[in-house]
Amino acid sequence: MIENDTLSRVLYIDLTKKRYFVKDRKDLFEKYLGGTGVATQLLLEECPEGIDAFAKESPIIFAVGPLTGAFPLASKTCAMFKSPHTGDLGESHAGGRSAIAIRMAGYGAIVIKGKSELPIYLSISNGKVLFKNATTLWGMKDGSIAARVMRQSEGGEGLRAIFRIGQAGENMATFANVTTETYRHFGRLGLGAIFGSKMLKGIVISGKQMIEVTNKKEYRALYDQIYKAATESPLMQKYHDVGTAINIKSLNSMKALPVKNLQMSSTEDIGPVTGEEMAKNHLARRVACAHCPVACIHLAYLREAYDDDPYFYKTIPVCYDFELIYSLGTMVGITEPKALLKLIDIVEQVGVDAMSMGVILAWITEMFEKNMISESDLGDMSINWGDAEKYIELVKNISKPTTVFLKACAHGVDYASKIYGGKEFAMQFGKNEMPGYHTGPAGYLGFLLGARHSHLDNGGYSIDQKELINVDLSPEQVVNKLLDEEAIRQILSSIAVCFFARGIYELKLVSEAIKLLGFDLNENKLHEIGKQIHLNKYKFKMREGFRIEKLEVPERIYETVDPTGKITKEFIKKGLDYAQNLIN
Amino acid sequence: MKLAVKDAMRCVGCQSCMFACSRRSGNAGLSNTCIGVKSAGGISRGYTVIVCRSCENPPCASVCPTGALVPQKGGGVRLISSKCIGCGLCKDACIIDAVFWNEEQDKPVICVQCGYCVEYCPYEVLELVKDEKGVNHD
Repeated sequence: MIENDTLSRVLYIDLTKKRYFVKDRKDLFEKYLGGTGVATQLLLEECPEGIDAFAKESPIIFAVGPLTGAFPLASKTCAMFKSPHTGDLGESHAGGRSAIAIRMAGYGAIVIKGKSELPIYLSISNGKVLFKNATTLWGMKDGSIAARVMRQSEGGEGLRAIFRIGQAGENMATFANVTTETYRHFGRLGLGAIFGSKMLKGIVISGKQMIEVTNKKEYRALYDQIYKAATESPLMQKYHDVGTAINIKSLNSMKALPVKNLQMSSTEDIGPVTGEEMAKNHLARRVACAHCPVACIHLAYLREAYDDDPYFYKTIPVCYDFELIYSLGTMVGITEPKALLKLIDIVEQVGVDAMSMGVILAWITEMFEKNMISESDLGDMSINWGDAEKYIELVKNISKPTTVFLKACAHGVDYASKIYGGKEFAMQFGKNEMPGYHTGPAGYLGFLLGARHSHLDNGGYSIDQKELINVDLSPEQVVNKLLDEEAIRQILSSIAVCFFARGIYELKLVSEAIKLLGFDLNENKLHEIGKQIHLNKYKFKMREGFRIEKLEVPERIYETVDPTGKITKEFIKKGLDYAQNLIN
Repeated sequence: MKLAVKDAMRCVGCQSCMFACSRRSGNAGLSNTCIGVKSAGGISRGYTVIVCRSCENPPCASVCPTGALVPQKGGGVRLISSKCIGCGLCKDACIIDAVFWNEEQDKPVICVQCGYCVEYCPYEVLELVKDEKGVNHD
């Protein structure tokens, strides 16, 4: 890397002692580029083996990459931690201004350890970390209010990122998220709960520095090439037009969209919540992450009348996309846009992962339907598919649990189903609640084997839709493809570009781009590094007790029709056995 | 020509213009940008786009104690960097915050109305227009 690049500066913050220092970690960045690669190593270094995820020594790590601040679409920050939700690798990526702000503040990574005795937020700019008293922000029912206070109290407008948790994070619901720039999230696996355990309400970070490149002329030329692809290529079109919600219609028609806790995989009522209809009737504004011209973030405006005054309305901006329409829509039987937007809004307010919450709500509904839980478990209420008002109450009561049952739900569907039953329809994979892809066996093997059990680890759903739907692949071939793709994605998340740009950032282009930042690595070498990063993640997972043979698969996936017709116990078992042999 | 905000309502906040402006120097990052995009009180309310209006009687030049900011014919100013002592009075004098600051050099960065940023706005928020007198400042 370039000698003076501040990328290799790692900011270490101790919340117990309220101290901080910076260490140069060229050793890590030169070997693993940044982002996921570097964060994995920092996690292995900083997280003591077998520790409670909520212990004060349990670290929070943020990392950005060499392309952050230099090329378009390099807009992601990788967060890494021990997940309180799964007990092993916690990794979550967010955009907004998070990555640009960290890089422009002069850091490549941030490590936060310790625990404050009172609620605080961190203000990071001009080489300083200030520990600000957040007592007054603690316990606010809407996390966006806390963000507004931080916005008004701190400088750096237009150059800053504001991270914050909501009430669910304060109460350490294990799937609580961290929100940045109101609509982007470190969503999955419970980073918000770790913030809460440390009494860390939020972070404001800003900066505005220069990043040197090796060849100015080549830099501008390559920038233009990537910018042109980002704005003109059909590869990005679906993200900036209708947005990710465009997949709702197609997945529903191919019977791949989970409906009512995956009792079905399509619904005739989908019409009003397809991406096209949402855009036509509800889309109010599109916004972008910093340094991404695509603007995939779709905001709807929800206009609601007050009951007590006919001329009094509230208008609330609500962000929607594919996963939200699935998890808080079809998965719980809601296909009415206003009801959906209201449920999304409360999920944003309390600050939880929308996919996990939707799956938990769906499981609760089925448990209630089957008389496996009672009204008293739900805080003296009943629940039926599609009842948004009651789901809103449940979201509040899970985030700040009011019954023993709901407290169990705040630990996720795997935890709750182990106590109350219903495991066969508790839609978790590696203890993480499923995303909206009932596409076929590759999707499920992808969730199970992915380093963080996310659909974005390896895109197994894509193998289902592009290949398995037409041709036969053996479980072994599928696993090989998943592992190969996962290695490539480690590189993308280490240089820290958005996965939506994976069609643009092929390894050849990555090699050319990072060369301008002083990294001389060809495609093969990058692929090798990707594999190594993946292995390093598995090293952490295995260290913390993850075992493929212990994975539990809900029976439901074998019962509901899917596009390939190939989701069988035999296929999944063969795939897992093969992967186990490879990893051991 | 003069840089203008054609329609701030179309701004998505991608800040590609800011990166473009800073990239004119050849390097990456944001240190040299003299265009600003910030939320108008929260992202849901949209964005404020700040560009130098190249005032005819520029307040930034009026307060400069060393004559480092030179008013140009037809409006706007040019910075003579060697004369600038980095006092920051110009920054305070611009009530739309269009005098930006290079923190590494501790000096202002002033828009030269080159229009490079316009090329990198995918949503036609920015434009280069002839000013009222038809003067081409370049």
